[in-house]
Amino acid sequence: MAATAPTVSGTPTPSVPPTRRRRPKLGVYSLLVPASIVIGIALGYPLVRQFVISFQEFGLKQQFGAPAEWVGLQNYTDLLTDSYVWTVIGRSIAFCLVNAVVTMLIGVSLAVLMQRVGRSARITLQVSLLLAWGTPVLASMTVWQWLFDTQNGVINWVLSNVLGMDSMAQHSWIIEPLSFFFVATVIVVWMSVPFVAFSVYAGLLQVPSETMEAAQLDGASARQRFWGITIPMIRPVLSIVLLLQVIWDLKVFTQIYVLQRAGAPTRDTNLLGTLIYSYSKEFGMAGALATIMLVLTLALTGFYIRQMLKEDEL
Amino acid sequence: MSTVSAPTTLGVPADRPTKVTATRSSESGRSQTSRSRRLLGLLAIVVAVAWVFPIYWMINSAFQPLNKLQAENPAWLPFGGTVANFRQVINDGTFWQAMRTSLAVVVIVLIAALIFAFLAALAVSRFRFKGRKSFILTILVVQMIPAEGLFISQYQVLDGWGMVNKISGLALVYTAAILPFTIWMLRGFVAGVPIELEEAAMVDGLSRVGAFFRITFPLLAPGLVAAGVFGFLQAWNEYTLALVVMTDPAQRTLPLWLQGLVESNRATDWGVVMAGSALIAIPVIVFFLFVQGKMTSGLVSGAVKG
Repeated sequence: MAATAPTVSGTPTPSVPPTRRRRPKLGVYSLLVPASIVIGIALGYPLVRQFVISFQEFGLKQQFGAPAEWVGLQNYTDLLTDSYVWTVIGRSIAFCLVNAVVTMLIGVSLAVLMQRVGRSARITLQVSLLLAWGTPVLASMTVWQWLFDTQNGVINWVLSNVLGMDSMAQHSWIIEPLSFFFVATVIVVWMSVPFVAFSVYAGLLQVPSETMEAAQLDGASARQRFWGITIPMIRPVLSIVLLLQVIWDLKVFTQIYVLQRAGAPTRDTNLLGTLIYSYSKEFGMAGALATIMLVLTLALTGFYIRQMLKEDEL
Repeated sequence: MSTVSAPTTLGVPADRPTKVTATRSSESGRSQTSRSRRLLGLLAIVVAVAWVFPIYWMINSAFQPLNKLQAENPAWLPFGGTVANFRQVINDGTFWQAMRTSLAVVVIVLIAALIFAFLAALAVSRFRFKGRKSFILTILVVQMIPAEGLFISQYQVLDGWGMVNKISGLALVYTAAILPFTIWMLRGFVAGVPIELEEAAMVDGLSRVGAFFRITFPLLAPGLVAAGVFGFLQAWNEYTLALVVMTDPAQRTLPLWLQGLVESNRATDWGVVMAGSALIAIPVIVFFLFVQGKMTSGLVSGAVKG
């Protein structure tokens, strides 16, 4: 309904709202006040404050009333000369890209699969994905910990008893960093794929069948049609979904934190989110690191955001 | 906050017919197509079973007594199961305490976020004023800020105001976190109701306020429901900010409570943990399935309109 609503009769510019002359301007602004205040005090103010504090020495003493000292870029240089911080940044980027790519590949494949199978198979797949999508993150985390459990986890049981890998019988999945990140990736991908699959499937339904038929009559093979027509036509959906995946996977916290609490070595498994959390007593350092993370997010996504803003007329 | 912040564009109702593949020309082509279609169908079912298995396993394990969970071979079906795990969770007072905290937070967040977002959406989609574009742009950019890059600072600010370990404190940061997307979503809905409808009603003698509440508001109901559902899922499932703000065990929300349950039972009794997870997850999943179809059409049109 929304897509077909012209504002001023006949004019095809729905994004420009009509002017109302009779209302005083002040009334309009007062509509924005409540939302602006809440966002301002709970997001804006902490953001500005964090940025300011990132140039200060702000540790335990300052929390108990000592005045904060200005230290210039000290926090930043401390962080950026620490090779461990670079390790974590590199690890976070690698984790983010691997997860985003794997999620996209599986999600797009499942969307295409949904389109190509019969009704009952499609609905089965969709319900299954919706169930995973609707599960609260903490509940998912506990289930996956139980599945990967060392003693009685069903994954170890299958690997050792069904596939005959005896060494896996009492395997601990989260002690080794690489294996830890494998488990984290499985969980993150399991949770994220439904969103990608449904969004892309919705995009696929928008591809007009006439175009496909015309291409087929012209002799284009199924593969040519997919790469030459379908993919370019659903490109906007693909890029938004990919953008969101990159943002989400870069700042992943809950999954890593919960798995760490399950007994993984923290230092070898920290990503940016958990590293910031570990500075929770050093506000200056936490602020600096959070600022670095924001810059990193912008660097990874800025291009896409600009593109989207250009295409989407406000 | 954004652990679940998925439903930006959401999917499609499950029963929407596909406009699949082009015409098939020859007999052999048809039989080949239907065979590969059946193979793909099989693949889809296999994927579906694999994807749903963790949820099945949660429910199955929740009904198993401890000796079956620790047996050499796993029990694949919950036959002869027990509800003792559920009883143990429900009889534990901390579960209900966390439930009350979660409910209180969610109710405050939903009321505040829906009213505030609705007013703001009304302003940006029905009026043209100076600063409108910058407001919308701010809303867009704010959504990109990861909560994980801000939570220490938010904690500090709340601490300064004595709002740590308070329902009001958590509700404040939650409301701020979901407001941008809620405004963005409602904006599409408000813009989707043609203003001519309202104006026609005014010509017929209704006041502006009357026209708004009799004509426009009912048409916006689906949008408000969709935004409410989105906000509910966000606030109900959120973990990160709750972890930082609610440090006192007596003030735990349900996700924090569940993590506490895991940490005290990890080595000993997974059945109780799974019962706790199931109690938290199943109502949310059912609710999600129920509203997903309804939400979708609204969300998509809201999103398309942008």
